[in-house]
Amino acid sequence: MQMTAGEKEAREVAAKSDTNREIFLPPERQRVKDGGKPHVSAKNFSIFYGDFEAVKKVNADILSKYVTAIIGPSGCGKSTFLRAINRMNDLIPSCYTTGTIMFDGEDIYGRFTDEVQLRKKIGMVFQKPNPFPKSIFDNIAYGPRLHGVNDKKTLEEIVEKSLLKAALWDEVKDRLDRNALGLSGGQQQRLCVARTLAVEPEILLLDEPTSALDPKATAKIEDLIEELRGSYTILIVTHNMQQASRVSDYTMFYYEGDLVEYAPTKQLFTNPRDQVTEDYITGRFS
Amino acid sequence: MDLGTRKILDRSFTAVGITSILLMAAALLVVIVPIFTGGIGAIFFKGTVEHRKLQYNEFGKGDLAVIRQQTEETDIYRNKVYAMLDAFESEMELMEPTEKKKYRSQYTKVRKVLAHLFGPLPGDMEPILLRYQYGTTRWEKAEEALHDLMFVSKWDYSNPDEMAKQYFVPRSDEFAGTALAALFPYMENSLEKMLLPEMTFYWGFITERSLDAHIFGGIWAEIQGTFFLAAGAMLFAFPLGVIAAIYFTEYAKDNIFTSILRSANSTLAGVPSIVFGLFGLAFFINTVKVSESKSVLAGSLTLAIMVLPTIIRAAEEAILAVPKTYKEASLSLGSTKWRTIMTVILPAALPGIITGGIISLGRAAGETAPIIFTAAVSVGATIGIADVLNSPTPALSWNIYNLASEHEAASEIRHVQYGMVLALISIVLLLNLSAILLRARISKKLKG
Repeated sequence: MQMTAGEKEAREVAAKSDTNREIFLPPERQRVKDGGKPHVSAKNFSIFYGDFEAVKKVNADILSKYVTAIIGPSGCGKSTFLRAINRMNDLIPSCYTTGTIMFDGEDIYGRFTDEVQLRKKIGMVFQKPNPFPKSIFDNIAYGPRLHGVNDKKTLEEIVEKSLLKAALWDEVKDRLDRNALGLSGGQQQRLCVARTLAVEPEILLLDEPTSALDPKATAKIEDLIEELRGSYTILIVTHNMQQASRVSDYTMFYYEGDLVEYAPTKQLFTNPRDQVTEDYITGRFS
Repeated sequence: MDLGTRKILDRSFTAVGITSILLMAAALLVVIVPIFTGGIGAIFFKGTVEHRKLQYNEFGKGDLAVIRQQTEETDIYRNKVYAMLDAFESEMELMEPTEKKKYRSQYTKVRKVLAHLFGPLPGDMEPILLRYQYGTTRWEKAEEALHDLMFVSKWDYSNPDEMAKQYFVPRSDEFAGTALAALFPYMENSLEKMLLPEMTFYWGFITERSLDAHIFGGIWAEIQGTFFLAAGAMLFAFPLGVIAAIYFTEYAKDNIFTSILRSANSTLAGVPSIVFGLFGLAFFINTVKVSESKSVLAGSLTLAIMVLPTIIRAAEEAILAVPKTYKEASLSLGSTKWRTIMTVILPAALPGIITGGIISLGRAAGETAPIIFTAAVSVGATIGIADVLNSPTPALSWNIYNLASEHEAASEIRHVQYGMVLALISIVLLLNLSAILLRARISKKLKG
């Protein structure tokens, strides 16, 4: 197989970054231009809840503009790891970290890191759709307003652009002033994506974004992820292994706090290196 | 337990529940109905010409021409009474001292009742107190006075084993054969013409000040005082309470200091209100000296301390009830904690916070004990908004108690007492109703 320049560069970066992952993408998936640089890199990164070590000494690079799925059984630390990236774990008083995790060369847990600025660049969509009890417009405009955009015209543009990106514009363009809680669950979740996109983040963290949705809405979200692939670095935590194999380029498998295997999705699902991974993906335990 | 027993248990529980609710409703009716009928009587009653004279002289209300004409009309009938009194007095002049003595006390009583009905009689000194300057303003009081005039009440002690029984003998018997004997049938027949009762809608009961310690006039001073005290209390307690609730829910760390604060708050909620009253006197007036003596300010502060725990608790519950996901969503968009609280959490918690606030407002309006030592006076003038820092005020809650138990003519002014109770209940009910409506409106807006 012929290698592109971007792939070559990515392979070099990957080789430097000390992880066991190779650049290998399934043939039907396109390579991403300018992608594949380490966007978030964890070094000996551990997360504790009190005495309990929920994530154990993880070393990994998340590659920019690709979709990385995080799978693993319940309580394996996958959500904890995800929420550590934009410091949502700060809300839990007993939670602390050791080791380092860097975002664009900046220590996420550094002493002088402003978590508010950080979260602006690392957006998050949650398990349950959580629009604010405000109008659709105000939901999308909430983030830009926070960051100082108050001009009505600009806000309207941002709202339209974000809703278009989230593939929701056609469904809601006539009722932007209606309360967002009146939307269906799937629409609410896409609204949450749009709300996150309105802040123009670099990374999108999706924490089981479809677990509360029906199959049709799930398909729409998956299409959306496909659309956004290449523009944003996307991390998605999911329980659904088919979903991980469908939407992601890379997959991380966590088991009891350990990052057991991190590889291109196709390789992980067809030819896992680790016995535990194989047992999990073949459904021997869950 | 088999199915039959379970069903019987379920049914009997339902029966007990319904019975207790019905009992409560009945008790409420027993309280509300007399208050309502009595209270309405303060505003809607048969007023005599004396009521119209008083309204004109003291408040400048009414049509002078009509009042003059009615005064002339009634004076024709009243003058006959005065003539009879004159005739009897001349008759008494000629009597033997022993005979005179026989009539003296009865005659004094007759004059007293007539003065009560018509105002000062010819030849009386001009009275100083307003209550003696006018006759009876309410027709039902006039009828009572008439009964007093017509009959002498006596007690029957004949059976020592039983309580004495009251019975009435016609007073005209006492005056048989004198010039005054004709007075009694005349009064009975012509009282209406002497007082001209008319159905009166006395809105001034709400909007006018009281005259001569509530013998006449309205209760505006009390309503306004209640309003000042309750609004003042909320002015202090509401912002403080909400801030404290935000601290407890969002900023306080889970440590011993916080739990001490929390239990202090709970304890404060359980302190009897009279203790707050004493505290207000000791702290705000005697120690801090917010005012020289009782004042609206001191009363408001005391009431504020009293309702603070309720407001904190309600606001805390409301904030905790806001889904955590709203907070997460806001923070994940790069919002600061403070901004999240102000733009997401407080708006979502607003219905609950406002409900707590308005219920506390109702409580502040209704409490008596905290203001006895700090703000309330039994009889006082209507104060202006500028006087709240240094003047005490009458207030509904305290004056209801005062008029019912300590007023020198408590039984004469039952209608005022009922009117005040009705006013207070209406205010509190209106506040609660507005709380419910406001809550429903905001919740609807939030739910979309």
